[in-house]
Amino acid sequence: MNNVVFLNILRFVLLVLTQVLIFNTLNFLDSINPMVYVIFLYWFPIKGNRAVFLLTAFLLGLIIDIFSDTLALHTFATLTSAFIRPLIMRFCFGVNYEFQNFSFKNTTKVQRLTFLGLLILAHHLIFFFLEILSLSHILLILKKFVTTSLVTFFLCAMFSSLFSPKSE
Amino acid sequence: MQRIINFILNYRNSFLYGFLALIALVLTIRSHSYHQSRFFNSSKWVTGKVYGNAADISGYFSLREENYRLVQENERLRKLLFNSPEKIQQTLDTTQLEYSVTNAKVIKNSFSSPRNYLTISKGSNSGIEQDMGVITTRGILGIVENTSSNFSTVQSVLNTKSNINAKIKNTDYFGSLVWDARDYRVVQLVDIPRLVPLVVGDTIVTGAMSSIFPENIPVGVIKKYDLNASKSFYNIDVELFNDMANVKNIYLIKNKNKKEIKELEELTVDE
Repeated sequence: MNNVVFLNILRFVLLVLTQVLIFNTLNFLDSINPMVYVIFLYWFPIKGNRAVFLLTAFLLGLIIDIFSDTLALHTFATLTSAFIRPLIMRFCFGVNYEFQNFSFKNTTKVQRLTFLGLLILAHHLIFFFLEILSLSHILLILKKFVTTSLVTFFLCAMFSSLFSPKSE
Repeated sequence: MQRIINFILNYRNSFLYGFLALIALVLTIRSHSYHQSRFFNSSKWVTGKVYGNAADISGYFSLREENYRLVQENERLRKLLFNSPEKIQQTLDTTQLEYSVTNAKVIKNSFSSPRNYLTISKGSNSGIEQDMGVITTRGILGIVENTSSNFSTVQSVLNTKSNINAKIKNTDYFGSLVWDARDYRVVQLVDIPRLVPLVVGDTIVTGAMSSIFPENIPVGVIKKYDLNASKSFYNIDVELFNDMANVKNIYLIKNKNKKEIKELEELTVDE
């Protein structure tokens, strides 16, 4: 148990640093800054306490917000994606997810990627709408949403296969 | 009563979510309309240290280019100095000067969000205050928004909340410099009346109406212009001189008479 807590704290710190020092300054094709820290929500243990999960997501978003001076956009987007994670999981893994002995090991790769993709889509959609909050910029919002989501998804998929959790 | 408590217990996570989401939304909406939060910004000690250390390392990779840029500026200033019609009087008493200038380094830059802020490596310990003007060797950059003892945040001109007085060079037609969040190379100059003759390529400089920037600091050149919806004012696209994606050394300008100007303005408004 302690091991899991420690692992998640380590992940938290490393993801924050990677996000603010590398990916926030990436500016790929002028405006694409992938938000790879969303993968924290994908990695967070399924059977963990839900309240702890929400609080951690809130804290994660808030810290990223403070670093990037975008007060509370990341917080709201991350918190909401964390809140709807069970819904997305039920959608991707079906009834299996309700059982006690459910784990990522007995799911297919497609299921896991859909789960990751939907998490990223939900997060980015909320983020970019809140960021500009103006209907006259709808095309700009959609452009940013689509391009950034694609890059984030690509990077997160690579991260998830690179550091696949073995003990959960 | 039992039922209410049970209800709350059953839905405690939703309540928790609602509570946290409310906090986040209030903070977001406040930051959309008012100034940046005084407590949650990257001028704080921890964030400043992280960015400062990262900038110390990554700064080495652009030293050559940055050196070249500074030498170029020196060259230009020397040229001005040697060719000025009468010798500029050397005032030894610097307390008499209207503007004072401090330098600092950018440790965090952003230009892809609609509200961009920069973090710089000097704070109130070095005499940095809110509302000081920030420029680079090429042109205008922004205005200091928050300071801690060793770091400050700067509201970039690439910020939808930014509004800076600017004019067309060598004329007295002034307007406001704003940004529409679309392209980081281009800002908009609005409120220039229709009768003003404009040419693509005209230089835009800061105006005299601001107590933050001295007059005639370069901003950019006119890229294109058209009339706004009411057909009485121009909307001008201004291409910035500054490469906003690449700023390292900056200068902070302090107007020593600003306090007096502010007090006078407040008195006038009151009456």
